[in-house]
Amino acid sequence: MDITVILLLMTFLVSVGALMVFVWSMSKGLFGTGPEASRLIFDQGEQGKIEDPALTEIQRRAFQQDMNPAAANQHSMDTELQERLVADQSSAGPALLCLTLAVIWLFWGSIAGMIASMKLHLPDWWVASEWITFGRIRPVHLNIVAYGWCSFAGVGIALWMIPRLLKTPLRGARYAYAGALVWHVGVTLGVASILAGLSDGLEWLEFPWQVDILLFAGGGLMAVPLVMTLLNRKVDHLYVSVWYMGAALLWFPVLFGVANIPNLHFGVQEATMNWWYGHNALGLWFTPLGLAAAYYFIPKVIGKPIHSYNLSLLGFWSLAFFYSQVGGHHLIGGPVPSWFITMGIVQSVMMVIPVLAVAINQHMTVLGNFRALKHSPTLRFIVIGAMMYTLASVQGSMESLRNVNLVTHFTHYTVAHAHIGLYGFFSFVMFGSIYFVMPRITQWEWPYPKLISLHFWLVTLGIGIYFIWLSIGGWLQGLILLDGSKPFMDSVAVTLPYLEARSLGGGLMTLGHIVFAIHFFAMALRFGPSRMTQAVLGDSKFLNLFLKLKRVTA
Amino acid sequence: MKIGHFDEFKLVTGAMAILALATSIMVVVPYLLLDKVHPVGTALKPYSMAELKGRNEYVSQGCVYCHSQQPRDPAFNSADQERGWGRPSVASDYFYDRPHLLGTMRTGPDLMNIAVRQPSKDWHLGHLYQPRAYTPGSNMPAYPFLFEEIPATEVRKDHVVINLPPDFAVEGTAVVATPRALDLVAYLLAMDRTYPVIPGLEGDAMPKKKTVKE
Repeated sequence: MDITVILLLMTFLVSVGALMVFVWSMSKGLFGTGPEASRLIFDQGEQGKIEDPALTEIQRRAFQQDMNPAAANQHSMDTELQERLVADQSSAGPALLCLTLAVIWLFWGSIAGMIASMKLHLPDWWVASEWITFGRIRPVHLNIVAYGWCSFAGVGIALWMIPRLLKTPLRGARYAYAGALVWHVGVTLGVASILAGLSDGLEWLEFPWQVDILLFAGGGLMAVPLVMTLLNRKVDHLYVSVWYMGAALLWFPVLFGVANIPNLHFGVQEATMNWWYGHNALGLWFTPLGLAAAYYFIPKVIGKPIHSYNLSLLGFWSLAFFYSQVGGHHLIGGPVPSWFITMGIVQSVMMVIPVLAVAINQHMTVLGNFRALKHSPTLRFIVIGAMMYTLASVQGSMESLRNVNLVTHFTHYTVAHAHIGLYGFFSFVMFGSIYFVMPRITQWEWPYPKLISLHFWLVTLGIGIYFIWLSIGGWLQGLILLDGSKPFMDSVAVTLPYLEARSLGGGLMTLGHIVFAIHFFAMALRFGPSRMTQAVLGDSKFLNLFLKLKRVTA
Repeated sequence: MKIGHFDEFKLVTGAMAILALATSIMVVVPYLLLDKVHPVGTALKPYSMAELKGRNEYVSQGCVYCHSQQPRDPAFNSADQERGWGRPSVASDYFYDRPHLLGTMRTGPDLMNIAVRQPSKDWHLGHLYQPRAYTPGSNMPAYPFLFEEIPATEVRKDHVVINLPPDFAVEGTAVVATPRALDLVAYLLAMDRTYPVIPGLEGDAMPKKKTVKE
């Protein structure tokens, strides 16, 4: 065996060992953080109280009555609630800016996705315009949803959660404003470049490197408030969401920076780098941001702390370790060193550990509280998102196995898988989070609650159709691709009905997003009945505090 | 550092150490290993000017989103060989490739050796103008913007007119290839990696020291 392989193997074994020792020592409390951190998101007397700002006052009472009637009369501490009010106010501006940009990009991303989807089964439609050819509108779709919608939504929700979790008003909000605007300009220019045909040519890294500088700077600026607030935190322990968000905001600039150094990468090495980045963008950027939100909102809405704090830490560190090395599975069967692929497969299978840690934790928290889903639109989105995380991850581990990968590689099956991850999981969690935080940010109730249900059913049905049919179509395509006795064109023909079904699913999702965007802007512009005070403040003490504060600031 | 900020210390060092490990294994090690894999002793030539321009066109039109450039090893699956897509590619085949275009989809066929299967310039030009004229049932986009449609009477000597099948030709109109279309086809016609490589030498991207020729 080559010395390099032995070295790599040893590094791997040592790191796994180190990880295990590390997690064990944490669970023994050797580093000082104990399970009390899981109760940190509740103020005194607040545990047992449900919270969903997307509900009307009557719905909220029914929800509380159904879940835990006894807790309704618990009294909360004035000072702590006041702290949270100040915290919410401090983050409202930057969070609103990020979320607004996210919703705008979601709209354009959906349109681009629809066009790309239709072009695959209508190849002679709209072919005269070069800028909208499939090979451009498809990467435009990916880049808009990844860097426009998902990143802005994730960062917006993170900015909103940070002051709450650290019980400290957000510091350095102006860096977040500046960062968001720079990032937004970057995404706009990047999308324009791809449409104009100026692409770097690597999946997930299409933006020209000149534009990447803007994203690098913008991302860095948006991380500054996190650091500044952390340095001034008033809370003793870091809640698990802070671990996820903090790491994600540290990881992303490194990933993005290394991947975009011009004139450095070449040939097959560039391919390994490409999938080191491509999968880490999912694993070390979107996934932690999504999980951070799920870890906060699920217990918060239900009014119960997460099942196991130690499990959540195990989940965090094992995710960081295993997820960061899975990218090799994108090159199975390709001209890359075999150890590289084997490592990718091994780590992909090991991903079962962090996934189970999250699954057990989040589902045990929800277990016995499933009726909460009936009441809370926030929770419906987030819990389904968390379930999709488990599904997508287990599916991903399976897909990395050589025998399965042989069929699914190079097919639409992979595309369906990508959507159950970034849409079914991440976007659903973000939808739910936005429904929760917007009433807090704007101090206005969602004007048309029925639109929330409409949005939910449109996108749930849409992604269901999308995922199921495209997975079947992709699998059939893969079987034909593997059968050398069949002409290649059979593999194209077999997918066409499934590609049409995908457009149908995508159309429903797009409709859902339009409903969501209209509702979002109706709220931001304060349409609809003014039920603000009850909606936002829930109990009267909160209201008094708010009014007092308003008088002080006026 | 305040004692209270020990959590942050753990977070930053732990997170960055893990990312550094992944980056070393997945980016730095391949860089060091593959830097030595030269296509010495093979028939691989650097791209010509026209081929490079064509390659940029390939990138610009996003061909990579439907076409891979990596025939697989028959030991893994024999279909690629049976379809005549060429021998399994090795790392040195990509020596001149920036950006790499290995691809992740086979909505269309693998193009690593398309020049061997389709050596006709006419076929490629016509196929780009209207894929369904040559491959019924294809869902590849048409690229009419890489061509000019002019009255047949205005055709000059230096024009490259494409010969469409009768069903797709319009009488009195000539379809003329633009330089961009010609460059793209020049690149496609350079896609031939069927020259022999010694298995286990170029085949494994981790050559033993003695096999590396400088």
